[in-house]
Amino acid sequence: MSQFFELTLSGLSLGCIYALLAMGFVIVFKATNVVNFSHASIVMLGAYLVASWNDSLGFFGAMAASAVVCAIAAAALDVIFVAPLRRRAGGTDAVAILTIALNILLGTLLARTVGTDILPSGAPWGAETTSILGARIPQTRIAAAIVAMAVMGVFYVAFTRSDWGVSMRAAATDPEAAALMGIRLSYVAAGAWAVAGVLAAIGGAFFISFPASGVSSSTGLLALAAVPVAVAGGLDSPFGALIGGLVIGVAQTLASGYQDHIAFLGRGLGEVIPYAVLFVVLLWRPSGLFGTKEMSRV
Amino acid sequence: MSRSQSRIVGLVVVAMLLAVPYFLEEFWLQMGLFAMAAAIAAIGLTLLSGVAGQLSLAHAFYIAVGAYGYCYLAGDSGSDPGLDLPSGLNLPPVLALIGAVLLAGVAGALFSPIAGRLRGIYLGLASIGLVFVGQHILRAASGVTGGFNGRDAEPFSVLGFTFDATPMNVLGVEYHQLEKLWYLGLLFVAAGAWYAHSILGSRPGRALEAIRDSEVAAAVMGVNVPVYRGAAFVVSSMYAGLGGVFIALAYQRIVPDTFGFLYSLDFVVMIVLGGVASVRGAIVGAAVVICLPQLLDHYATSLPLVAAAGDDGLQPTDASRFLYGGAVVAVLIFSPGGLAGLARRLSPRHTKESTA
Repeated sequence: MSQFFELTLSGLSLGCIYALLAMGFVIVFKATNVVNFSHASIVMLGAYLVASWNDSLGFFGAMAASAVVCAIAAAALDVIFVAPLRRRAGGTDAVAILTIALNILLGTLLARTVGTDILPSGAPWGAETTSILGARIPQTRIAAAIVAMAVMGVFYVAFTRSDWGVSMRAAATDPEAAALMGIRLSYVAAGAWAVAGVLAAIGGAFFISFPASGVSSSTGLLALAAVPVAVAGGLDSPFGALIGGLVIGVAQTLASGYQDHIAFLGRGLGEVIPYAVLFVVLLWRPSGLFGTKEMSRV
Repeated sequence: MSRSQSRIVGLVVVAMLLAVPYFLEEFWLQMGLFAMAAAIAAIGLTLLSGVAGQLSLAHAFYIAVGAYGYCYLAGDSGSDPGLDLPSGLNLPPVLALIGAVLLAGVAGALFSPIAGRLRGIYLGLASIGLVFVGQHILRAASGVTGGFNGRDAEPFSVLGFTFDATPMNVLGVEYHQLEKLWYLGLLFVAAGAWYAHSILGSRPGRALEAIRDSEVAAAVMGVNVPVYRGAAFVVSSMYAGLGGVFIALAYQRIVPDTFGFLYSLDFVVMIVLGGVASVRGAIVGAAVVICLPQLLDHYATSLPLVAAAGDDGLQPTDASRFLYGGAVVAVLIFSPGGLAGLARRLSPRHTKESTA
């Protein structure tokens, strides 16, 4: 029983990291209707920068610097590559393929840079554990959960209260009306991508602290788990990303923790759990848990 | 180009392809076989994504079903107790080929409860899951797939003629496995392209195009949207299955790691480069994406910037990823019709039409 409790807590913490990664994906989709596969590479970029700067700047300094770079990089991707195609109304699929190609380019570049090394994240928390209600939890996981919750809280307030949040929601609801009200759609779009970049950098820093032991050339592929999280939660719902992240985080940790009991399903089941959960959720709710149902108007 | 001119060009291309085993070495034949296998599968994806407008990232999964299906159906039944070999049904290769293609079709149909309920981009995103879950199954079900180490493919044979390494003299050239498979591949690609063309020109093809352009309008015109979309999925996965069988034959041994997410992306790149709704474009795209890394590798010593595999510097696979990643970005932004669209725009016939 105590193993179950420990695994659940650990899963919730992993879920918070997934939620951070997925939220960037969701914000871009909500604001610009773009399925942004290059998000996975931005996550890897953020993680890589944190790992390579933490010696000189410290973990939090590196995270802040990496967040700035990722925000600029993501916004640049939007302005240079995605915006021209989006403006031409290329269709969601064409833009998605464009972001896939960008992901191939950026991912290959980063994988080449990292090479065969595994760079540690340099997070100040070691493998020490803290005991919560009798369950032993690694400190990295507690820190990840707290930071993720705080970051999401800040963005929730910004999203609902600030001018930026209002203009973003207006642009998502009705782009034409928003433009007529004087909201610059291109600024809103680039802003959403920049925010996604910040989330990617923070999420990436924790993503490589635990369960992984650092940035490796496969971090980009692992970060793709943000996609099933976002889709299961509902592509256009930030709250869905949080719930989707928690559900998938817990399911994945439980599957890995009990893998000796379910050995007939194969080793390494944990890695595919996000996708298995995705199928179950989509069979039940085709637009994800909290996604808006797609309607067609004739 | 006039009709007769393009017919002549087509005949010349066919004649050149038929004569290839007489001129080129093993390396080129091997590369050609991989390209043909990819071309068959890419035609399937172009029917689904280009014609029916349904983005799918699960193509690697269906290719794997075809490849492993063939190996399982044609493979030995594991009679050697000393070796822990994966089991097989020991069917004749022709039946195994048909069975593998049908199996891929069934796998496509099994996904239809999800595919039928999902729309647009949700389906594309859900299909990513198939690749990851499928790869996990391939690694776990080692009794059938051989697990991490993969399994060998039985050579193909039909009517007593076996496509194996036994040398055979045809018009002064020694035919080995590669030469024999070359003609089998040409036959498959030609048949696949012909069938895809006939789908495109017929009622189902027009129905699919109508669905792509507007689902609601298509439904109003009497097109049964879920049925047609499901059928497109099944046909596309059967093409993938046939491509998979041929990949198994060309590689002679298949491992789960081949059929990953990046492999699925390769196929999306192929059809985008070629031009999404064009059968010819899919074949050209497949040839480009498959041959580019191998050519860069082959000429690594004489090319600037590219290092030989294993050396420091830009690896051929990375170099080709940069090249075709960049090409997709360029195609989408500057020439949405792909290479086929570019060719169409540049051909004089088109300009005449547009000025008329």
